[in-house]
Amino acid sequence: MSTLPETRQAPMMPGEPALRRSGSRKGEIHIRNVVKIYGSEESGVRAVDDCSLDVPAGEITVVVGPSGCGKTTLLNAIAGFHSITSGTIDLDGEPLCGPGRLKADPGPDRIVVFQNGALFPWKTIIENVAFGPIVQGRLSRKQGYEKARAMLAEAGLRNLEDSYPGEISSGMRRRVEIVRALMNEPKILLLDEPYRALDSLTKSVMHEALLETFDRNQVTIFFITHDLEEAIFLGHRVAIMTTRPCRPKKILTVDIPHPRDYSVLTAKRFREYLDETIAAVHEEALKAFAAGERER
Amino acid sequence: MVNREASFPTPQASMGLADAPAADHLGQRSERARRFEKTLYRIGNWVRSPRPYLMVLGFALFLGFWYLSVEVWKLPRFSQMPGPTTVIREWLSPDPTYGLSAYSPEYYEHIWVSLRRVSVAFILATFTGVPLGLYLGWSQLFKEYVFPVFELLRPIPPLAWVPLAIIMFQGSETPIIFLTFLASFYATTLNTMLGVESIDVSFVRAAYCLGAKRRQVFWHVVVPGAMPFIFTGLQISVGVAWFSLVAAEMVSGQYGLGYLINTSYTMVQYPTMVIGMITLGVVGYVTSAGVRILGNYLMQWRARELAMGGDR
Repeated sequence: MSTLPETRQAPMMPGEPALRRSGSRKGEIHIRNVVKIYGSEESGVRAVDDCSLDVPAGEITVVVGPSGCGKTTLLNAIAGFHSITSGTIDLDGEPLCGPGRLKADPGPDRIVVFQNGALFPWKTIIENVAFGPIVQGRLSRKQGYEKARAMLAEAGLRNLEDSYPGEISSGMRRRVEIVRALMNEPKILLLDEPYRALDSLTKSVMHEALLETFDRNQVTIFFITHDLEEAIFLGHRVAIMTTRPCRPKKILTVDIPHPRDYSVLTAKRFREYLDETIAAVHEEALKAFAAGERER
Repeated sequence: MVNREASFPTPQASMGLADAPAADHLGQRSERARRFEKTLYRIGNWVRSPRPYLMVLGFALFLGFWYLSVEVWKLPRFSQMPGPTTVIREWLSPDPTYGLSAYSPEYYEHIWVSLRRVSVAFILATFTGVPLGLYLGWSQLFKEYVFPVFELLRPIPPLAWVPLAIIMFQGSETPIIFLTFLASFYATTLNTMLGVESIDVSFVRAAYCLGAKRRQVFWHVVVPGAMPFIFTGLQISVGVAWFSLVAAEMVSGQYGLGYLINTSYTMVQYPTMVIGMITLGVVGYVTSAGVRILGNYLMQWRARELAMGGDR
């Protein structure tokens, strides 16, 4: 822990409603000294270097950083899409990656919501949502559809069941995708700039829906973005990453109690957090720009 | 996608069809009535739009040019060519000058034989080409072995295979089907492979995240994801099947439209030759439209997506 350059002196568990932390929430991730080099050890690109970060259970941890800084590399390693070069990643004390095995298998305990959305366009909404439990063999088709219907209704997404993803709005698709993930009772949701392609009005609706979902399910969330307002509005903790190689530059604990709503955006404290974040990120963004990092 | 509205079922209509068994008798009938109304509405729209008239104008211009250049101006290049009135008179005559018209059973025999050959070759090519293409796109290792050979064989035109086909296969039917199959097979396989490679990696990753095994990813993601490309491939495949069928029939065979065209040529029955050509055009168009309609039926998701403006 001593390697973490925390400027804001906050304890690991900041002053938050105590009830949140009391349960046996799952989905705690420890990232320790992770290195990821694309190409050879000597001449390859160091995307992530000596990165250590904790994602506490039952919280929203937001990772911000300039484009192409290596945030997604980190997420891909947690999800099991890519290997890491060295270091360890633990989920609830169980190693996902570590010595001897540098790539985790993707699985329903860590579900990714993708930047451009990955609802299967050839399946209807209900088929998409029920897909996980059915292919895993946990639920029969009938049970799966029943549960999917219930969860969609709970999220306020009734009457979409028989539509195809191409027929509903992109905002709706993002929400359905999160429901599809929650169907599997994942320990952690990994969101990779899920709202990047949305307009700002839709985005604000998505944020409230996500927070509402979070309050209902208390699922651990690892959220990548480069939208700073989004980061502070959503996150319990905001990790600001350095530009390539990626490691935490500063970890901000956003001491605004959940449930939050849009009135938070105009609060003085929110502006202070934002200023602090902008200062830290701007420096990295300049560095990234000077280095000519390519936009992903 | 010119005839988008014409061939795509509307969401309401097909949804209703899906749960029709559950609906009561009255519900079913009103559903059918609604579908009928929708169809009428669409036809009405089509008639009101300029499209049918432009189509008729296009045909008129083509026929007019043919008529003028052959029968009125008698241009030198066209001196041997039968004009449209000659061809149509021959075609519709119960007692044709050259022995073949829409009234002779022989004419339908030719069409039927060609159609049968194309169907057999097309079905064979589909049932071998689609699985091969899927596997080529799915397994990098398999592709390393097979694809270079495939790419070397592909540019060899079916006509160059004629001698070998005749040596290899007995009779006249099998070589023709083999030659027709070849061109179709390449088109289907290649498009299917490209279809698999076109699938966004996010879909595959999402499926693994949701706990799917490799096999399930194949059936739930790879096969449906490649479907649009597969059907593009099948449409090309039907087209090239006719193409190489006619070439093969000109070389061997006793029946078929290609044979008809070739023998009419050698026997200087030029109107019959043109009848054969136009028939080929019509039959070819119908088969390719059939494949397209089947594709739209199997890919409702895509049809609906495109009907919504193709946002993806």
